[in-house]
Amino acid sequence: MSEKVLMKGNEAVAEAAIRAGCRLYFAYPITPQSELIEYMAKMLPKVKGTFVQAESEVAAINMVYGAAGCGKRVMTSSSSPGISLKMEGISYLAGANLPSVIINVQRGGPGLGDIQPAQGDYFQATKGGGHGDYRLIVLAPNSVQEFADMASEAFDLADKYRIPVMILSDGLLGQMMEPVSFKPTLTAEEIAEKEKIHLDWCMRPNEDEPNHHHHEINSLEIDPNVLETHVLDLEKKYKLITENEIKFEEYNINDDNQIVCVAYGTASRIVKSAIDQLSEKGINVGLIRPINVWPYPSNAIKNVLHKKVKKVITFELNLGQMVEDVRLAVNGQIPVEFLGKVGGLVFSPDEVIKKIEDNL
Amino acid sequence: MKVIAKRPDSLTDVQFTYCPGCLHGVAHRIIAEAMDELDMRNNTMGVAPVGCSVFAYKFFDCDMAEAAHGRAPAVATGMKRARPDMHVFTYQGDGDLAAIGTAEIVHAANRGEKMTVFFVNNAIYGMTGGQMAPTTLPGMKTTTSPYGRNTDDIGFPIRVCEMLNTFVAPYYIERVSLLTPQDILKAKKAVKKAMQYNKENRGFTFIELISTCPTNWGIDPIESLTWAKENMLPFFKVQNFRDKGAEAGK
Repeated sequence: MSEKVLMKGNEAVAEAAIRAGCRLYFAYPITPQSELIEYMAKMLPKVKGTFVQAESEVAAINMVYGAAGCGKRVMTSSSSPGISLKMEGISYLAGANLPSVIINVQRGGPGLGDIQPAQGDYFQATKGGGHGDYRLIVLAPNSVQEFADMASEAFDLADKYRIPVMILSDGLLGQMMEPVSFKPTLTAEEIAEKEKIHLDWCMRPNEDEPNHHHHEINSLEIDPNVLETHVLDLEKKYKLITENEIKFEEYNINDDNQIVCVAYGTASRIVKSAIDQLSEKGINVGLIRPINVWPYPSNAIKNVLHKKVKKVITFELNLGQMVEDVRLAVNGQIPVEFLGKVGGLVFSPDEVIKKIEDNL
Repeated sequence: MKVIAKRPDSLTDVQFTYCPGCLHGVAHRIIAEAMDELDMRNNTMGVAPVGCSVFAYKFFDCDMAEAAHGRAPAVATGMKRARPDMHVFTYQGDGDLAAIGTAEIVHAANRGEKMTVFFVNNAIYGMTGGQMAPTTLPGMKTTTSPYGRNTDDIGFPIRVCEMLNTFVAPYYIERVSLLTPQDILKAKKAVKKAMQYNKENRGFTFIELISTCPTNWGIDPIESLTWAKENMLPFFKVQNFRDKGAEAGK
């Protein structure tokens, strides 16, 4: 890892993506992710990479589709309204099994909303958003360091499963500066080595005649029986991902927890502060922090439902989205409470503490 | 035995899905012939649209991507940027390119993306069953303009070549017709020139091919050719709009 430098999350993830072999990036400006596109515009030409400012989010995600079809490490980024525009293309990426990385620096919604941090796109990211039966792997960082680390992880997962991977960040993590260190930069040879696994299906020059290939990048299957097989194959892949890629953090989880909280991303940072303060008062509260929000760590939540835990409380910067997954995991065994904050506002540790104390 | 006619190598042996009398087959063939003659097949990637030619990815025997409706020029941009050593073309109809995909074609042309766009204009949506297209002629009846295209209500047809010709970057823009054997020979020359420029990475090349749709026009194929000559060609004039290659040669 490199020496620590102080960087905004948007810039840190861009730098990390370049180090991880991203040489193609297509995007459209939107607040609060503009530092990301600007960083790529400045730095990609220096490593002989390609930056194109697309005419729209729709065009950008379709450029990703074309480049991903060539088996290259490719990325786009945006913020909530722009991600909505990308949803068409994301469905096509998923349908055509194309590895790619999409960053959402979430802001307040619905509609134009505002440009402050929010977590209102959880449903969109984890339950679909585009049309049809598909899933994305969704990584949800809660620090600038983790945001940056997830860039290479996202590319590796995208390659491993031939799937679009989303990093679900927010305006706070994008704009905030924190110390961050970086993994070494992949060499051209190392990037080529990673991209080798796509050679059997991606669009590329034909070898000599005996090896002539005809590779199709496609999500269309007009015969219902063939489409059924295709969608069931996707489902098999999603099951495999669910078996292998669940990732979460336990914070102060122990046998004496009275309350267990569930929160991810920015919200989880505030919940951690609240847990520390409650601990000083002798109130024992734990936190399950999903790091990957799809696949979802349902078992991690089930496993802490022992006798002393009275309630599970979910904290989100929305009106209650992930809480539905928490309720599915808890399955009615104990009450699940919720505290949300919307409008681009962020709850204070005191608000979180009050919510917890009210439920003791 | 001397072979005097055969399927171009750049076409697969998959049976076309086009209606009898449709000219997509002719368009496919002349593009494939050009790829063969220029020895481009092994280094070419195509993009199929949404519309009647949605299965073009099965017909052209090179690497192919199927794009979302209208997005082919954006997909092709990603492909060319990822593989500058390869040659990229899109094949699009009038609804795909001139309605839902207007932004993508305008900006790909304006960036001067090094690709060839084949734009098949038959003034109607074929695949969905004969609805009004952005190129449907004034007064022309379709299932969504059952009383004839009313220009007071919905405006006039879009002349795409003329629009793209206002940009600085495009390298070659030509409108050709597929309506007579002589026209097809001329069209082939234009197609081949565009692909030659593509092979040499000269810049953005655009060929509009005036075509017919007997099925959705509701007239037989021969009559369709006559109707198109009399009605389409006066509005969509067969013309070379730009050829930077010829200018450079002067």
